[in-house]
This record gives sequence, C-alpha cells and structure tokens, in this order.
Amino acid sequence: MKTSSVESLAPVPTAHSATATRSSFDHRSLALLIAASNSPAWVNEHRQVAFERLESLGMPARNDENWMRTDLRLFKPQAWGPRQPPEPTEPMPVGLLAEAIAAGHGGQETFLNEPSGPVHATRSLAGKVLSLDGHVQYEQLDESLARQGVLFGPANRLLAEHPDVFKPHWFSVIDSGADWFAAMHAAFHTAGAVLFVPPGVRVTAPFYALSAITPGGVDTGHVLVVLGEGSEATVLTETAGGGGPTTRPSDGSPSPATGGFHCGGTEIVVGARAFLRIVNLQNWNDGVWHFARQKAVVHEGGRLQWTLGALGSRLSQVAQDVALVGRGAHAQVNGVMFTVGRQQLVYNTLQHHEAPDCRSDLLYKGALQDRSRLVWRGMIRVNKLAQKTDGYQRNDNLMLSSEARADSIPGLEIEADDVRCTHGATSGRVDEEQIFYAQARGLSADEAARLVVAGFFQQVFDRITIAPVREAFAQAISSRIRRLS
Amino acid sequence: MSVDSKEKLTVSGLHVAVNGQEILKGVDLEIGRGEIHALMGPNGSGKSTLGYAIMGHPSYEVTSGTIELVDADGTHHNVLEMEPDQRARAGIFLAFQRPMSIPGVRLADFLRHAVTNIRNPDRKEGQDLIPMREFRGDLKAKMAELEMDSDFARRYVNDGFSGGEMKRAEILQLAMLRPRFAVLDETDSGLDADAVRLASQSIAKIGGADMGILVITHHEQLLEHNIPHRTHVMLGGRIVESGGPELATELHKQGYERIRVAYPEAAAAEQAMTATV
Repeated sequence: MKTSSVESLAPVPTAHSATATRSSFDHRSLALLIAASNSPAWVNEHRQVAFERLESLGMPARNDENWMRTDLRLFKPQAWGPRQPPEPTEPMPVGLLAEAIAAGHGGQETFLNEPSGPVHATRSLAGKVLSLDGHVQYEQLDESLARQGVLFGPANRLLAEHPDVFKPHWFSVIDSGADWFAAMHAAFHTAGAVLFVPPGVRVTAPFYALSAITPGGVDTGHVLVVLGEGSEATVLTETAGGGGPTTRPSDGSPSPATGGFHCGGTEIVVGARAFLRIVNLQNWNDGVWHFARQKAVVHEGGRLQWTLGALGSRLSQVAQDVALVGRGAHAQVNGVMFTVGRQQLVYNTLQHHEAPDCRSDLLYKGALQDRSRLVWRGMIRVNKLAQKTDGYQRNDNLMLSSEARADSIPGLEIEADDVRCTHGATSGRVDEEQIFYAQARGLSADEAARLVVAGFFQQVFDRITIAPVREAFAQAISSRIRRLS
Repeated sequence: MSVDSKEKLTVSGLHVAVNGQEILKGVDLEIGRGEIHALMGPNGSGKSTLGYAIMGHPSYEVTSGTIELVDADGTHHNVLEMEPDQRARAGIFLAFQRPMSIPGVRLADFLRHAVTNIRNPDRKEGQDLIPMREFRGDLKAKMAELEMDSDFARRYVNDGFSGGEMKRAEILQLAMLRPRFAVLDETDSGLDADAVRLASQSIAKIGGADMGILVITHHEQLLEHNIPHRTHVMLGGRIVESGGPELATELHKQGYERIRVAYPEAAAAEQAMTATV
C-alpha cells in the first residue's frame, strides 16, 4: 500500500510547439462541414471557437508530459482531413461486439454455475447508430423506449431537435482546448452518437454505436451519454475498419492511404443514483492512428462501470478521466489491452475525487506480444473536500515476448486527510513451467499458452458483467495469441 | 507375433543431464501395466529427474538411452520423440511433486481440456471439448469418490492451494485422465497421516489392475494399499538395488546406510552431485 500527497493541484501547463501544425482540417474544410450539416448555430459557434484554438496550437511536443511516451514522429498531419461520404456500395465493416451479440454469446456453459452478478445475454439491442468515415449510415431506436422519452441517434439531428437536453452537456465534460487533437476533435467532430435516458427509466438491452472507416478513412465521432436521475443503461461502442500497415519500401513508413485516422471524444454524464455500464472497444485495423479524449462525470450516488478494450490501431493515445462529483458516487474502470506487432498504446487515466464518500476502482490488464508497447499512466486525485475517499488503481501486464515493453506509472495527488488510496502494478511473463505442467496433462504448448493468457485476463473479465462483451474479448484475444517468443 | 504381449513402459540405459550436469547415469526400469513399482532413495539421488525425463520436461536432456512404450500387440513407441502433450495423450502421467499454479483458470476448465485431449489423442486445438454434461457427471462422481467438495473444481488451478490440496488435485487429475502409466512424485508429501491413508486408498482404487504405477516416496504409508511388485533404490543417479515389498519396509525402517556401504561408487556419485547442487 502506497499513499502520497502533493501540495498543489494546479494543472501542469501544456507544452506546445511554437508554430501551428498544418493539416487538411483547415478553414476551407470547416466551412464545407458547417455548410453540409444541419447543426444548430450554437454547435457551429462552438466549432469556430475550437478551430481558433486549433490554429493557435501545434502538435503536442515531445516534452509534453502527457505525450512524451507517444511517438508521433511518423504521424503526418497533412495526410488527414474530413472525408466525403462513402459510396453507397462501400461495405460496412462488422464490429466484434455486434457479432457477439448477434451470435447470442453469453449463454455459454461454465462449470457448475455462472459467475455472480448480473449477466446480460441478449440478442436484441435498444438501438444502434452506424457510421462510416464520419457519416452516419444507419440509425434505429426501440419504439417503446422512444415513447418513454429515450433519445438515441446521430448528434446532428438530436442536437437540433432537443437542445434543452443536450446543450448543457455538449463539450462541457471534456476539455476541448486541452491540446491540438482535442481542439481538432471539437472543431471537426462528425457522426458518433448521443444518448439521453430520462430520469427513472431503466433500459436493459444495450445501446450500440459503431464507428467504422474505410482503408485510409477518417473518423472524428463524438459520443455524448446523459443518464437522468435514477436511470439505468448499457452502452456499447466500438470501432472497426481502416487499413493495415502496408509499408512503402522507400522509407518503411506505412502509407497514409491505407491506414486511417481517428480523433474522437466521449462525454458521459451519470445522473444522481443512475447506473451506467459502458464499453468502448478500439478494434481498428493496425494501420490506424487513434486519438481519443474520454471523460465521465458521476453525480451523487451514481454508479459507472466503464470498460475499455483495445486490440487494434497502429498507435493509440487515450485520455480516460472519471470525475466523481457527488457524494457516494462509484466508478469501476476496466481495461483490457492486447497488443501485437509494433503497436503502441498509451493511456493516461485520471480518477478525480471531487466529493466525499466516493469510490473508484481501476484495473487495467494488458498482454503484449512481438515488439509492441503499452503505456499506462494513472492518477488518483483527491480534492480537499473529498474525505472518506476509497481509490484504487492497478495495472498488470503479461509479456508474451522479450521484445515487448510495458510502462506502468501510477500516481496519487491527495489533498484530503481521511482517505484510502492504493495502487499496484505488476509485470510478468508466461512461465515455461506452467506450459510444461499443462502439456503433461495433454494440452498442446499453444493451447497451454492461450489458457494461461485467458487466466491472466479472467480477473478483469469477472468484473465485466456483460456476457457477450466478455466472450467477444476472450475470443478476440485468444485468436491473436501466437506461439510464445 | 511377439511372445511378450505385455503392455509396458521401458527405460533402458537412460542418461539425463540438467544444465550440462549429468543426473541420471544409466537407469534401467520396466513397468508392466497393472504393476506397482516403488522408487526410493535419498534426496538428490535422481528420482524426480526420472519422472521429468519420462514426461519430457524440456530442461531435462536425455543424452543417451531410450524410453519406450510397448502396446499389448507388441508395437514399440519411442517416447523420446514425443512432445510432453503427446506423451500424455499416449497414456503417460506425472503427478508433480510441486504442481504449477495457473491463476484465472478453473481446475474444472483445465481438466475438461485435458480429458478431451486424452480421450481424443488426435484432437487439434479449437475442436470441440467433450460435452459439459458428460464431463460434469464424470468429475462430480470422481470428486465424490475422493471425498472432495465439488467447490474445489471451481478454484483456479493450484492457485493458493495448500500443499495437501495440491496433492489431492493431482490425484483427482490421475483419476480423471486414467493413464496407462503414472509416475507419482512424492504424492504423499505435505499430507497428514489421515490424508496419506486416503491418498493411498484412492490411488489403489484408481489404479486397479490396469495402470502401471511408479511411486516415488520416502514413506511406507502410501504403499499401504499399493503393495509394490518391485521396489527400486536409486543412489547417485542409478538404480542400485531392486527387490520386493520387503525392501521398501527395510529402507523405511533403517534408511540408506546399508545401501551406501554396499554401493560405494554410487554413494560417491551421490556425494559429488549433492555437493554441486
């Protein structure tokens, strides 16, 4: 158990390069985007403000604390900009979670009985929104939920129809001026999905949003989830598609035309005594650049179970923040990462206790194969008022290759004096003796390795109470494990 | 047509080295199916090494000699050419002295994979496991016979098990996998007297007449219900003397002094081996 405190909670000033960075997210494309959308004026004004901020910033500098472990040297900003709507014949990539739900996973037999806790095995969805290259292709919402006042669909339409519901929260949760990518997202967001569940309404079937891209495609989707007081919902979002890392012989760098670019934002508001389960699965093809800023605010007595899964992308930089702003709020944060090849995934997490009697519990588990790299930098911040805080953060990594690299950097900033904050991090390898033991029982070496890795993730899977999600993660990870090196 | 139609596991002239150091210096042993052999000897004499070599541990290098499995029809199988999992599927079992833990993997799920592979030796990974209903029935019955609580199977493989629990889990696996030949490496260590008696009874019940068993033990109690057909004494990496059940009783009562005096060369080898460990 480690506990420490610091004297100041002042945020570290963000460092930026002196000159603005040029990309195709420019004045002209912003004007086209505004002209083509039917967004209300307040949305467009917000875009303009963010764009001015974007123009004043450069790409994050190497000495920026949040970015120093993210290698952007091969990222070419000028290659990326808003994309035209895809051809109607363009096939829609299929999401992993969508497949698992369609297959009705979750009814799988385990020995004697199921793990305790609610398990959602369902083939039906409360609603879905599918987008391709930043353009919504399909939306649907269960009619009985619509009659109860549930709103779910593309931001474009719902912000215009229900400004009273969404305007107070729109870009109020994440900081759109935090850095170059945050400002770009705030100025150029398209597609994504917004959800509002009215007070007291409990929805058991999951809401589903897929952000997909074509090879070389771009997605700037924005997700806003607002749960009214005492409501309950499950939200599944995932990404799919984009190009693989085709290399050009001249300089060895992946061609931008076959990769992809995601610059996204997620805002979550969990009302008083509301309960939200939300899953974000990042499963791009491995040529895609992924930048995401995600934050949840949990009000008094609210509960949040937030699971991040990461299997894809070439490089990911994700900020995942949870703010517990009302007494007795509770957030459980789960991370499941599996990296291969030369993938590089960087996570900056913050558990911010702003109110007393709150609980936050973060568990990130990663397995690394080949020459991949995984970075987790976590912070528990406890305000002076937030007495009786119970904060926990833990990161376990399993190295499947001697050439992979994982960094775990936990941190605590505590101003209150009556708190319990702990953290832990482990890094281990698959033990050859475990493999031999399993082989002695008739399991092949590969089968044994897969079982050991599955066992490693079991602790975090046990916390994910949505059975199809667990199944989808387990199967996807299992299929990626190769013979140990 | 072979005259000798006995199913057996034969070890001939086996030399085994670990990290370049020779541990076994020419071991000969023949275990027929249905026979019980006791392997005794002081610590460090090479008993566990023989078990690991039979199972195929990658750190145990066979520098010369053979291990063969002989079917009832006289067909010989070269065990040394098999991967450890192929050996298991061919009907060889090792109860580990120190079993490994596999956190997050339930004993029942682990055993279901194991049972499936051993019943269908040609199964490739990804092919169906044996039906849960069938497996569950089998497992519950075996656990009841061994006086084990069925909750035990829900725990993660050897994770946080006491020494005694690990040994009982090994016996459960023996019962579920029903090998043709089993090496039990100190399956009595870490157990109290009652537990050893139960283990001894269980092994006798599981083994019956259709298993060949090599029992590595320091004690006599495990042999109470498993009267050895042959008792072998290992010293300095060799089997120096073999006899009937009375030899086990003698060694248990009087220790290895007579053996050391009778086989000075092996005793010297033993001294050299323990000195370098």
